[in-house]
Amino acid sequence: MADVIASVLLLVGSALAVLAGVGLHRFPDVFARMHAATKPATLGLVLLLTGAAMQAEAAGDVAKLLLVVALQFLTAPVGAHMIGRAAYRAGTELSPDTVVDELAGVDVQGREPGARPS
Amino acid sequence: MIELATTAALAGIGVAAGLCVLALVRGRSLADRVVALDLLLVMVVSGIAVGSARTGDGTYLDVLVVAALLGFVGTVTVARFIERRGA
Repeated sequence: MADVIASVLLLVGSALAVLAGVGLHRFPDVFARMHAATKPATLGLVLLLTGAAMQAEAAGDVAKLLLVVALQFLTAPVGAHMIGRAAYRAGTELSPDTVVDELAGVDVQGREPGARPS
Repeated sequence: MIELATTAALAGIGVAAGLCVLALVRGRSLADRVVALDLLLVMVVSGIAVGSARTGDGTYLDVLVVAALLGFVGTVTVARFIERRGA
């Protein structure tokens, strides 16, 4: 039974990884691609590490896997926020499909006014 | 059962890592490259975890902790660099 659950978790986690890889090529701008790339960095990794923890024999191995999950949950949002802020400040063009840019018209440090389409 | 599942999972992670490398080489902007590199390191961590689930051997789990932390430091460093220099 534990084998079945672990197998399902591993397969779902790797499916998320493949989808993120595809999204990295298909999505229109940096921010959309970040949206695709950060899914396996948290949810996918948790699924995979939970599956691996169910197969681990030593309690220390489970502890290490939990430590990685905790660190990833702390660092992944911070890292994604840093990249997103840096890309926006550097004047990255938003996709023409962008619905709302709440920072439009705000004097963002380092960003040229009018660097975005429309 | 677990053999088959880990084989499929490793294949999926391999495909995803290949797509990351392609995005990295294609490099539409510096921020894109950072995103791709970040995802590539997540794939490395995932692959090691699946590998340890396959063999039941926890020797390489220490590498996971180090790789996860190094990925964060690298991402933040390049993000600071982009803010100074521009994409």
